[in-house]
Amino acid sequence: MKNHNGNGKLNGNGNGNGNGNGNGNGNENSNNQQEKLADEKVATIVNPTFPKAAFKSGLRLMSGNEAVAEAALYAGCRFFAGYPITPSSEIAEHLARRLPQLGGYFIQMEDEIASMGAILGASLAGAKVMTATSGPGFSLKQENIGYACIAEIPCVIVNVMRGGPSTGVPTKASQGDVMQARWGTHGDHPIVVLTPDSVEEMFWETIAAFRIAERFRTPVILLADEAIAHMRERLFLPKPATVNVQGRRRPRRHTGEYSAYQTPRSDIPIMPNFGEGYRYHVTGLAHDETGFPTGDPPVIEHELVRLHRKINRAFNVIVKWEQYFLDDAEIAIVAYGITARSAKAAVNRLRDSGRKIGMFRLKTMWPFPTRAIRALSEQVKTIIVPELNMGQAVLQVERSAGDRCRVIRLNRVDSELITPRQITKIVKDL
Amino acid sequence: MAFDYNYYLRENRLPHIWCPGCSHGIIAKGILRAVHKMGWEKDDLVIVSGIGCASRLPGYVDANTLHTTHGRALAFALGVKVIKPYLKVIIVSGDGDALAIGGNHFLHACRRNIDINLIIFNNKTYGMTGGQTSPTTPFGSFTSTGPYGNVENELDPVAVGVAAGATFVARTTAYHVMQMDKIFTQAFTHKGFSVVDVAGDCWTAYGRKNSFKSPVDMLDVYKKKCVKYEQYKKLSDDEKKDVIPIGVFHEESRPEFVDELQLIKERAMKELNK
Repeated sequence: MKNHNGNGKLNGNGNGNGNGNGNGNGNENSNNQQEKLADEKVATIVNPTFPKAAFKSGLRLMSGNEAVAEAALYAGCRFFAGYPITPSSEIAEHLARRLPQLGGYFIQMEDEIASMGAILGASLAGAKVMTATSGPGFSLKQENIGYACIAEIPCVIVNVMRGGPSTGVPTKASQGDVMQARWGTHGDHPIVVLTPDSVEEMFWETIAAFRIAERFRTPVILLADEAIAHMRERLFLPKPATVNVQGRRRPRRHTGEYSAYQTPRSDIPIMPNFGEGYRYHVTGLAHDETGFPTGDPPVIEHELVRLHRKINRAFNVIVKWEQYFLDDAEIAIVAYGITARSAKAAVNRLRDSGRKIGMFRLKTMWPFPTRAIRALSEQVKTIIVPELNMGQAVLQVERSAGDRCRVIRLNRVDSELITPRQITKIVKDL
Repeated sequence: MAFDYNYYLRENRLPHIWCPGCSHGIIAKGILRAVHKMGWEKDDLVIVSGIGCASRLPGYVDANTLHTTHGRALAFALGVKVIKPYLKVIIVSGDGDALAIGGNHFLHACRRNIDINLIIFNNKTYGMTGGQTSPTTPFGSFTSTGPYGNVENELDPVAVGVAAGATFVARTTAYHVMQMDKIFTQAFTHKGFSVVDVAGDCWTAYGRKNSFKSPVDMLDVYKKKCVKYEQYKKLSDDEKKDVIPIGVFHEESRPEFVDELQLIKERAMKELNK
């Protein structure tokens, strides 16, 4: 029996000194593996460092796109692959300058599809990864997003929404990708989608996106609005040590050939990174716990159900919302992203004139907080759902509210934002 | 002693899905022999593929294996190689995977010169889906989507590879096994992006539609028509029309992509600490 030193030195939570159960000559080199992983090229990626000179904390005036890029670095992202597209390009530009300073990699790929593929490869090799795009690019990435779902590869995809369909209105705001973010890739799959409403939240929700992606081994979509991506607001950049960053769990036992998709304790597989002494197979085909394709109906069902359960059971960890003046409200506005900013202003004005109105802000779009909206529908008489689309999130609100209250839609698709006045007018007309 | 293929195989994943008479097995064995000759450890070996018959190969090899989406193997492989440059990355891809749906990635991988080895299992058809026309299907031949004959011209991956800037470009065939071993070893040794077009056959889905009586008939074409590239260059234009050149077409040394990324990091860090 040989002594296997898989990934001990690098791996904070897995000192890989397990017993190799000798499948013959399979692991001859694992003593060298540690040395290879300790190579600076690899080590600073798989176990990110936060050099002081590269992180200057303090108050900044930043755009939403810059905040996302900077947050990714705080979260430990050291690999970004992307393709230029308005209105998300500043994320790529910022990271092209910043990532190499931290020993990371920025790669401009030949297209959107390749960008998505490259981050998945890098993630399998052990890096925290991100890509950023907008509507047309988001459509192109969908197949590989599905791959990340079924192969359980952690990654963060930023979609700065613009007017659509097709090339649409590249430089103006829209919230038309709510359903694409949920159902864009084919097949039945769970997904996590976050909808920040300010530059500060772009920063913190990006970090949250990485936490969720790494912990649950799932793609996470940061669904941002053009208006926030390009808006400059105050943001306090923290010291990296104060930021709660999720590391990736890795197996402790070193066994050469490895069943990467076994889930004995939870619904989340503990997968090793490529090139760390485990040899396993990754495929987009339906697979069993060894990772190899299967055509066995109960096994296929088990995998699909587990993928959904993995996210559903984590609802309380993942899903967040903000309640604003809802305690005594008879009217509620359910809003998200930039539209929630207008909704908040409308609530303030209407409260000043004595109306009992509040806001329920969706910080997480998917999984959708169905029960919370149902509870809200039992409390209020009317729910108003303003959106920069023809009515997408409202479908889920209507489904959750049933006939317990009236649900009113407020839609705008002329490329301009919904104003507080539009909302107050609806309320006054009630 | 005979070569021990089983050392490199996941025996419990066999038998493979390839039809009797398919040339993929011949090429796969060539790859394993070359890996052995290179002395690469299985823990350091990454085999990446897209979708198709050839792309099922990774599942059978005891290594870090990644079976990606159709045409995208090169993109995934880039991510792996950049993060862990010590890994030896081989991509196996069919003609449809590498040259049709993955054609764009092929061009840019050549241009980028990343130290990855692309082996094209070129059987001139989409075998897995039933023998449809592929970018390398010969003009005039019959396929399930070209029942009246293919009216499109073939793409030559060797010419495209050279033009796009790949630093090692070669062609061999499933018939020329000795040469195949040599070329694979040369490709694996080469630092930079290497492309090896391996002419093979799909008798089941393509050959039968084109009056080949057996898989051997198809390999026979390579036996009769192939000439070494050095000799090919001396032929007249007329003579060139009826032969298939094989061998190493192009080899040069240029800065490698991952090496360059390390230099960029050094530059950026120096600037930061200034």
